[in-house]
Amino acid sequence: MTVIVNFLIGFFILAGAILCLIATFGVIRLPDVYTRNHAASKAATLGVMSILLGTFLYFYSFEGHFNSRLILGIVFLFMTSPISGHLINRAAYNSGVKLWDRSVRDDLKEYQKKLHEE
Amino acid sequence: MKKTNNIILETALKALLFFIVLYSVYIFTAGHYYPGGGFIGGLMTSGAIVLLLITYDIKTVQRILPINYRIITAIGLLFAIGTSAGSLFFNVPFLTHAFTHVELPVLGDLSLHTATLFDLGVYFVVVGVTMTIIQTIGEDE
Repeated sequence: MTVIVNFLIGFFILAGAILCLIATFGVIRLPDVYTRNHAASKAATLGVMSILLGTFLYFYSFEGHFNSRLILGIVFLFMTSPISGHLINRAAYNSGVKLWDRSVRDDLKEYQKKLHEE
Repeated sequence: MKKTNNIILETALKALLFFIVLYSVYIFTAGHYYPGGGFIGGLMTSGAIVLLLITYDIKTVQRILPINYRIITAIGLLFAIGTSAGSLFFNVPFLTHAFTHVELPVLGDLSLHTATLFDLGVYFVVVGVTMTIIQTIGEDE
């Protein structure tokens, strides 16, 4: 039983750290704001949630301490991080940040143009 | 006033505000035995109100929470001075606190301490001062 819990704790914390690292590489390497935001808000959210879950399991199994604040933190992060990503992208689009020059389709632009003509 | 259709933020706020206010109350009440207390609880409560201000505009928030924050500051100072000066009536020095254990029917053994009332004063002052600063900067037209 202890071996399984040990494995799970190590897995969650390592996976979370690796996901955060991947998010960082995504932010460095991707071409424009929107794709960078995609990498940062998705991978980093899952990474930090995994690390928090590993921490919760560690304190629950070794100290016998049910830390409800970590659960609350997981739920809170799961709700807020995509919203902040959405708001940053929206603000970037509304202030006229260009898409990557190789992107082929921009539906929102046509919609806004149509809205403007009415 | 430009109307935006930011429905994602407004919907998320309805669920999130409950969490934040609940957690700030937790931080405030846990201050005697764990990290926390009046200052950080008050800051978190005003953070929740600031989130409300970001989502809606200042007049809507004034309608939701019809509070004059300067009066809140004054009430907080009154709490702090009252709990400190109350010790003078029992012939002990200023700021001497007292506590007792109370057996309540549902909650069980509870240690009531007058320092909590002092902390409540700190809480009110922090909420009042923070919101006064933010509102006076925000409604400058």
